[in-house]
Amino acid sequence: MRIKAKIMDRTATFLLTAIAVLIIGVLFALLGFLLTQGWHKLNFDFLTSPPSIAEAGGGIGPQLFNSFYLLVLTMLIALPIGLGAGIYMAEYAPDNRFTRFIRLSIEVLSSLPSIVIGLFGLLVFVTMTGWGYSILSGALALTVFNLPLLVRITEDALRNVPPSQKEASLALGISKWRTITSVLLPAALPGIITGTILASGRVFGEAAALLFTAGMTSPDLVFHDFSLNSPTSPLNPMRPAETLAVHIWKVNSEGLTPDARDVADGAAAILVIAVLAFNLGARWFGTWLYRKITSGTQR
Amino acid sequence: MTVNIQQAQDTVIKTSDLSVFYGQKQALNSVNMEIERHAVTAFIGPSGCGKSTFLRSLNRMNELIPNCRVTGSIQIDGIEVNSDAIPIEGLRQTVGMVFQRANPFFKSIFENIAFAPRFHGVKNKADLEELVEKSLRKAALWDEVKDRLHESALALSGGQQQRLCIARTIAMQPSILLLDEPASALDPISTMKIEELVVELKQEYTIVIVTHNLHQAARISDHTAFFLMGELIEKAPTSQLFTSPQDKRTEDYISGKFG
Amino acid sequence: MSHRGMEGSAVLAKNAAEPAVPLQHTRGSSMQTRLTKRNRHIHAENVIGRAIAMLCAAMLIILVLSISYFIASKGLATFFVNGVSLKEFLTGTTWDPEGEPAAFGVFPFILGSFLVTVLAAVIAAPLGIGAAIFMTEISPAFGKKILKPVIELLVGIPSVVYGYVGLTLLVPFIREQFEVLGFSVLAGGLVLALMILPTITSVAADAIEAVPQDLRNASLALGATRWQTIWHVVLHSALPGCLTAVVLGMARAFGEALAVQMVIGNTTKLPESILDPISTLTSGITLNMGNTIAGTPYNNALWSMALILLLMSFAFILILRILGRRKWASR
Repeated sequence: MRIKAKIMDRTATFLLTAIAVLIIGVLFALLGFLLTQGWHKLNFDFLTSPPSIAEAGGGIGPQLFNSFYLLVLTMLIALPIGLGAGIYMAEYAPDNRFTRFIRLSIEVLSSLPSIVIGLFGLLVFVTMTGWGYSILSGALALTVFNLPLLVRITEDALRNVPPSQKEASLALGISKWRTITSVLLPAALPGIITGTILASGRVFGEAAALLFTAGMTSPDLVFHDFSLNSPTSPLNPMRPAETLAVHIWKVNSEGLTPDARDVADGAAAILVIAVLAFNLGARWFGTWLYRKITSGTQR
Repeated sequence: MTVNIQQAQDTVIKTSDLSVFYGQKQALNSVNMEIERHAVTAFIGPSGCGKSTFLRSLNRMNELIPNCRVTGSIQIDGIEVNSDAIPIEGLRQTVGMVFQRANPFFKSIFENIAFAPRFHGVKNKADLEELVEKSLRKAALWDEVKDRLHESALALSGGQQQRLCIARTIAMQPSILLLDEPASALDPISTMKIEELVVELKQEYTIVIVTHNLHQAARISDHTAFFLMGELIEKAPTSQLFTSPQDKRTEDYISGKFG
Repeated sequence: MSHRGMEGSAVLAKNAAEPAVPLQHTRGSSMQTRLTKRNRHIHAENVIGRAIAMLCAAMLIILVLSISYFIASKGLATFFVNGVSLKEFLTGTTWDPEGEPAAFGVFPFILGSFLVTVLAAVIAAPLGIGAAIFMTEISPAFGKKILKPVIELLVGIPSVVYGYVGLTLLVPFIREQFEVLGFSVLAGGLVLALMILPTITSVAADAIEAVPQDLRNASLALGATRWQTIWHVVLHSALPGCLTAVVLGMARAFGEALAVQMVIGNTTKLPESILDPISTLTSGITLNMGNTIAGTPYNNALWSMALILLLMSFAFILILRILGRRKWASR
């Protein structure tokens, strides 16, 4: 009986370890596959030239730019709202129906399929506004997609600030609002920034919410044209913009070029490198900022 | 209840029927007390006797605790402050507080001190610099930190942090200082420095200090109030309270029978 | 040390004698003015700040309500404008919206969504919970240093990349192995399993970590092996948390669009085995929304499919809430 239990224990430990090793192996295989497949594509030409419609040799320049531009625009819209709502939830929200309803809303928004958010964007930000497929519509859809995460990040970061900081500030006669903006937010900054960078990675790789909002095409961009309303200006927020993630999907499902596979390889490698960079960057920057703010902490 | 009657013009804080409830639990029971201007008043009593609760009522810090209710009257310089009509920022600026554990902001030494004055209206850079230096000198910290004002306050030692917190409180130019066991987390030498500082500061401020250390109360205070189970048992000039207490319970406590 | 203290007080005494310009003017009767003076600016800032924060929070409610309203109003048109019966819509097995007569049976899509979701959960749940046990019970140091970052990276990889890997590795593999098309329920389930594995692992790990140490100690002290302790004690009390993890993963799998769409083949024929191609609600919407004209019965039917997705995500939240309550009740 005891021997049987011992064998069982050994077997279980072995199996569980095998699972852990398997998962780690899968990640490295995945990264290895993507990077080795795409490595030969990672040259200046591929990263900067526009894609071609029917022949080989196209690049992903506009897509790469669109992804970053869309990310910046999304964060410009989503961050202030996310910060505000996070502040409300952490510092003001009384225990009442309104607060519970907000919590439910956060839960609903974060579990909505991104294709549903994309459809909502299509209806409201594309059709009802009359903007058509545009970067701005895409940024608004991604705001909806990203908002619940940002609210949680802000709320958690604020709640993790030691209560003594708040007490100290209020005891100095600092108003509640200034206590939040000048004491709590700076102290919560490492958490907020780390979370935001990670969220950026998610936004960067999102595609389903963009298919019907930012669209699946990109005009021939003229990269020295910086007016906001020229249809070929990269900065024009009202032009359609296919991102890198959308491009990977499109090339695979309806690509016509003979080197579609090649282009997708390169684009996937870039996307994964970007996500890795966001991840590692978030870790490194968060730790660095925390050290800087609390340098030589003794408690 | 014995309350030492002082001349009216010397009283700066006067509470009547001050009670504090945490939810259903009553933490302070109908306290009447007068606190003298430009003197050090010490609150003593065993843990949970209500001395800190009383102290935190004076600048309405109890409002931070959910379900906490403070009833009765607190008059400061004749003005009723236990009322929503009094803006809380002005009250807390007038009645400064230093906590048991040093709680410097995650900012530089300079910013820790300049933060509150700037909020309360000192905008000029030269004025702020002067104020920071004066406050640090008053808190006997200037010589130790003058070369690293722009380094993080968290790099200071525990005792230095606590003096920084006192400097920070002084810098917003309060009239009354509430000290909630300011030396209880410190080593003996830092404690001594804080005590010297308290005696020095009473020239300019009315000081109320909560302490669990009877010797500390005897060394630095002019008046002492003894709390027990949410009630004020006795308040008297310190020498009188420690030599000839009026109440049997006070006598038992200071002679070490309980607590 | 005492020497320094003395020096400090000497400085203090000198300072106290000096006329302290900024510190002096606030005492005396000015105390009363300071106590009663209302700073309008500060007051306004407080009120406005709070109002803005509240408005931002209210935005979340507005978004949820408007998403629900708009998706529902478009999705219900199929039934109220185009006169398709709800029963035919949900149970009909023929999807031919452009045919004569048009048929709007979305059962193949619904079935497809459920099949890939369940398959993904069946594969990912044991692996995810196993990895969670490894992280918390077998080797916390290794788990924290290596497995956790690995899991976080897996979460970060975009879904199109998963779909792309599925398309270039998994589909050909299945094609050669089983001599079928390759695009299949199996491929979809495997890709989704990989995608929800990190979610299940991290949520389950949190649940297992929350089991009080006393319970483990008590069991080990009775002579139980580590595995017996994990199986009978730890997993038993972490069960609601582990279920929550699996349901969260399933909710994610059910709503995933592009990764699935790339590997399942997208036919509306009912599958006969998990090696057959299939469609899901999400893949049906993705492929056809751009090619149909707004207001047509075809287009409306796609919105109805979106409405089903929306309702399903409400249902998942309901299940999660019930599980959450169970968790509290059992403590």
